[in-house]
Amino acid sequence: MADRVRPARSRRPRPGPITYALRIVVSAYLILLVAWPVSLVARNTFADGFGSVRELLADPDTVHAFRLTITVAIIAVVINTIFGVGMSLLLVRFEFPGKRLLSALLDLPLSVSPIVAGLALTLVYGGRTGWFGPTLEDLGLRVVFAPPGIVAATVFVALPLVIREVVPVLEELGTDQELAAHSLGAGSVQTFRRITLPAIRWAVVYGVVLSLARSLGEFGAVKVVSGNVLGETRTATLVVEEKDLNFDKPGAYAAAFLLASVSVACIVVVSIIRPKEQAR
Amino acid sequence: MSIEVANVSKRFGDFVALDDVSVSIPSGQLTALLGPSGGGKSTLLRIIAGLEHPDDGRISIEGRDATLLRPQRRNVGFVFQHYAAFKHLSVYRNVAFGLEIRKRPKDEIRERVQHLLALVHLEQFADRLPSQLSGGQRQRMALARALAVEPSVLLLDEPFGALDAKVRKELREWLRRLHDEVHVTTVFVTHDQEEALEVADEIVVINEGRVEQIGSPDQLYDAPANDFVMRFLGPVTQLGSRLVRPHDLELRAGEPYGAMPATVQRIVRVGFEVRVEAVTAAGQTVLATLSRTQFQALGIGVGVGSPVSLRLVDGAPSVDTGEDPAAEAVLVGT
Repeated sequence: MADRVRPARSRRPRPGPITYALRIVVSAYLILLVAWPVSLVARNTFADGFGSVRELLADPDTVHAFRLTITVAIIAVVINTIFGVGMSLLLVRFEFPGKRLLSALLDLPLSVSPIVAGLALTLVYGGRTGWFGPTLEDLGLRVVFAPPGIVAATVFVALPLVIREVVPVLEELGTDQELAAHSLGAGSVQTFRRITLPAIRWAVVYGVVLSLARSLGEFGAVKVVSGNVLGETRTATLVVEEKDLNFDKPGAYAAAFLLASVSVACIVVVSIIRPKEQAR
Repeated sequence: MSIEVANVSKRFGDFVALDDVSVSIPSGQLTALLGPSGGGKSTLLRIIAGLEHPDDGRISIEGRDATLLRPQRRNVGFVFQHYAAFKHLSVYRNVAFGLEIRKRPKDEIRERVQHLLALVHLEQFADRLPSQLSGGQRQRMALARALAVEPSVLLLDEPFGALDAKVRKELREWLRRLHDEVHVTTVFVTHDQEEALEVADEIVVINEGRVEQIGSPDQLYDAPANDFVMRFLGPVTQLGSRLVRPHDLELRAGEPYGAMPATVQRIVRVGFEVRVEAVTAAGQTVLATLSRTQFQALGIGVGVGSPVSLRLVDGAPSVDTGEDPAAEAVLVGT
């Protein structure tokens, strides 16, 4: 609306005691549960300068683990993004029998414990006893206890994140713009690329960031599927656990800090860019 | 004939949206599909555009069978009620969209878009986003966008339905003038009979999935095919068993020969018009509307309880409802 005028700020009544009490409860809750523990990780990491981080990055096995985690996360995010956008279009724009079942199934990875996901994947793709694994292994593709299995487990746990971001935006968008593009001569691919994708791009970006954060941090499913072989299939989260169990506290904090900071950085960057782009 | 619709039917589940509809829409004219909400007129328009598929029947556009043609191959321009502006593109890029899809040279696109923006009076808004335009401006942009691809037919689905009354009136006058300049075969859907009567060359009245009447605004108004058309085109009242327009009734004080005697029951003055409700001897309440001048000419004696007589003026249209006036008396005039 061109004539949208910001209404004069109305004078609100002063917040009462209940408002203050609620604010204190919420702040305390967040500080005790999130901010304080996370900041302690950072403080412990830098308790004696950059020493622990430097030491961590000097260990080639740890570096390998971080590389593996990042590679796996990127592959999983790419797969989940393409699949997620396609699946969202299918769910919102098309009618087919079993649609509600599919929609419910897509939420399964969020509700099922990752460790169950890991075990399930092993049952299917396990090299010796799996349902499908031996066949694949004969073809030269090892899934479980190898990077493909780690990717599969990561894809599984982060599966719904892009879809759950994109679906409501697509529903809100409606079909008028797409129909208008069709009537102006655009085919399906052109319509998607020129009209639909720009309209949902922020939902996709947000879904990607959430998936990336989730993929970097995945532990349970990966632990079951990867085999945790040092220097081969050990990922960054497994490094944290290993160091923690071996009483290498500074190393565990440093690895945990690096992991957390990547995820936090992603979310911060997006939340800085997003409102500016959408402001009109 | 530019658009031929032959025996088209369409159902949505149990709901019959169109029931064996056949319409011929002439080239170069402005045709209105008029009818109440849910009557099937928008469905018919969307079927012509290829945005819906008929269950039965055929569509041809400019002599070419289009029944199975996808919307992007039909060369129709479509304007939506809620504009369907491409929100992330500037006004210029919105209008250029169809030409860019057709991979026309840049210079040609620029020239054509600027010409169209001038036509819809949006030259100075080329770089704005649709969200920075008013409703009326957005709809003009949508029109320019649809016209950019030089469609063989232009289809408008309740184009002014989302606008306020004043802008609505301006835009429909403007659409009429635009059509006189551009001459593209245009079909628009509306539920507003005044809009249809004012703008269209030809009106197709659609109700409950069927065509009630096709004709020019004058034909429809002067010779309605049935009581539905008569009722839909404006206020009506019943005199005996005939459905008539309240302003076609002549009201006189006293009881002259050859007219129906009645007693004034209620007088309401609305601006320039005076509405008189009178009850006949049979107990039927009849509404007559007079101009203020006509009412004053009746003399100062006319008020509630006065004896008057009612007569349909010569040549005025009426439709026989075939209903018993005494039984209907309670309903008439409301």
